[in-house]
Amino acid sequence: MIRLARHSLALAQRNLIGVVRNPEALIDVTLQPIIFIALFTFVFGGAIAHGSQHDYLQFLLPGILAQTIAFGGVAIGVNLNTDIEKGVFDRFRSLPIARAAPLVGAVLGDVVRYVLLCVVTIGFGMVLGFRAGTGLLEVLAACALAISFALCLCWASVFVGMIARTPGAVQGILVLALFPLTFGTSTFVPASTLPDWLQTVTKLNPLTHLVGALRGLMLGGPVGNDVLWTLGWMGVLLAVFVPLALRAYRRRA
Amino acid sequence: MDYAIEARGLRKRFGDTHALDGVDLAARTGSVLGVLGPNGAGKTTAVRILATLLQADAGTAFVAGRDVAAEPGRVREAIGLTGQYAAVDELLTGRQNLVLIGRLLDLGGRAARRRAQELLEWFDLLDAADRPAKTYSGGMRRRLDLAASLVGRPAVVFLDEPTTGLDPTKREEMWGVVRALVRDGSTVLLTTQYLDEADALADEITVIDHGRVIAHDTPDGLKRVVGGQTLTVRPADPSRLAETSAIVGELARAPVDSPTRGTISVPVAGDELLAEAVTRIADAGIAVTELSLRLPSLDEVFFTLTGRPTANEPEEVLA
Repeated sequence: MIRLARHSLALAQRNLIGVVRNPEALIDVTLQPIIFIALFTFVFGGAIAHGSQHDYLQFLLPGILAQTIAFGGVAIGVNLNTDIEKGVFDRFRSLPIARAAPLVGAVLGDVVRYVLLCVVTIGFGMVLGFRAGTGLLEVLAACALAISFALCLCWASVFVGMIARTPGAVQGILVLALFPLTFGTSTFVPASTLPDWLQTVTKLNPLTHLVGALRGLMLGGPVGNDVLWTLGWMGVLLAVFVPLALRAYRRRA
Repeated sequence: MDYAIEARGLRKRFGDTHALDGVDLAARTGSVLGVLGPNGAGKTTAVRILATLLQADAGTAFVAGRDVAAEPGRVREAIGLTGQYAAVDELLTGRQNLVLIGRLLDLGGRAARRRAQELLEWFDLLDAADRPAKTYSGGMRRRLDLAASLVGRPAVVFLDEPTTGLDPTKREEMWGVVRALVRDGSTVLLTTQYLDEADALADEITVIDHGRVIAHDTPDGLKRVVGGQTLTVRPADPSRLAETSAIVGELARAPVDSPTRGTISVPVAGDELLAEAVTRIADAGIAVTELSLRLPSLDEVFFTLTGRPTANEPEEVLA
């Protein structure tokens, strides 16, 4: 276990150096939330929240945080797939290191990206006039929850990165899955405006509960139920995708 | 322990393709085993099985005395692998690549940095040590990749086509490295598509084709079977072909192939004939545009061994 931690940290550091050298790899956690916030606030804000763009921004921001942090996980699968394609993983796999270290290291390295995403999203929201209805602690708790959720969800991306043939395919598969998951819920509009059948699906969608928990923590209101659902989903994601990803990694030859 | 690498009856199938169809390989400790074959012969698959990256469907393999299937972790402690594609992290500098491997091998920070420095010096990468590897030339990447596989001072080194795509000077450098490894006591398994490379480096050569071993011998033994070197001469003036042919034929004491496309080729016994040929041809006042001594190409080796030309197949399945 200590070996796993030591090797994972060394590999996480490798990924971070890569991020610093290749800042365009951060577009998805910096420019993307900015563009989404601006677009949705100014394009849909007027129509959705009866003319008040400020009210809509308050409603929108926790949703954007959940959505972009979910999309932020796409990169890890693409990067791992690229590493495999380039043979970098062959080198790691031929070393006497903890087997899971390259995957765990990549996930650990992703923490930095998610923290950056939270800072950019909330920072830009505040520039446009977003104000939390709660205190600093609650906002930090919201960020911690979003980051933790992303760290669980990104194992699905790791899994797809292990099984897909090309980096492009990884991107395609994940984006295709994330669009309905993040748009077909309460991210941009109240769930009560959705058709009945979609509301039923929404109740099961982990993103719905993450968005609900983030809204509660950032704007005020009940959070317990959504937080529990989110934690439950995080457990499910880990229980399903970590073993799948590790197995696919061992089999990928 | 006599053999650092010993594999018997290795089989591996990818779908309908028998990448390996019962391959035996053996390398004495401290020797170089050359595995010679065209693309798609199964060379890379064999290396990947021996390096614990792939599991064989059948057969046994021992590397450094350990069973690759039963104790892959122990095997990994003893090996270094350099693949066909230079597997370095392009965003890290050369030094960071090597230090990372050192840390993954639990050398500790200071020892990892010292080992990186040694290898950078050895592989003539000091000037570029602190530049990202993506700025390196092809030859520099190969050297860095090879250096990365040597961080842990492995007892057994696998080099999968280490010189494919390198220009002749860089090939010679790589050969120097292989010789240095053996001098230090390592065992090397080298795959190659070039008989001259196997001849220059290997103590024994295993020739494989379509996943099967079709010959195993020392370089000299193999050359006895497939024919030794060939002297090729191309006179600048085609009207002097017959004259040149006579000179060369007398030298080699062998029948000269009828000239094709203005060149004359004749099998010769040793290197010393080349100098002799140069003198005689110059004395006769014949200008030549080509005069070379070479080993049979892989195609010729295969034609002799199998009676059919190599079908250089699509790249081996790597994924």
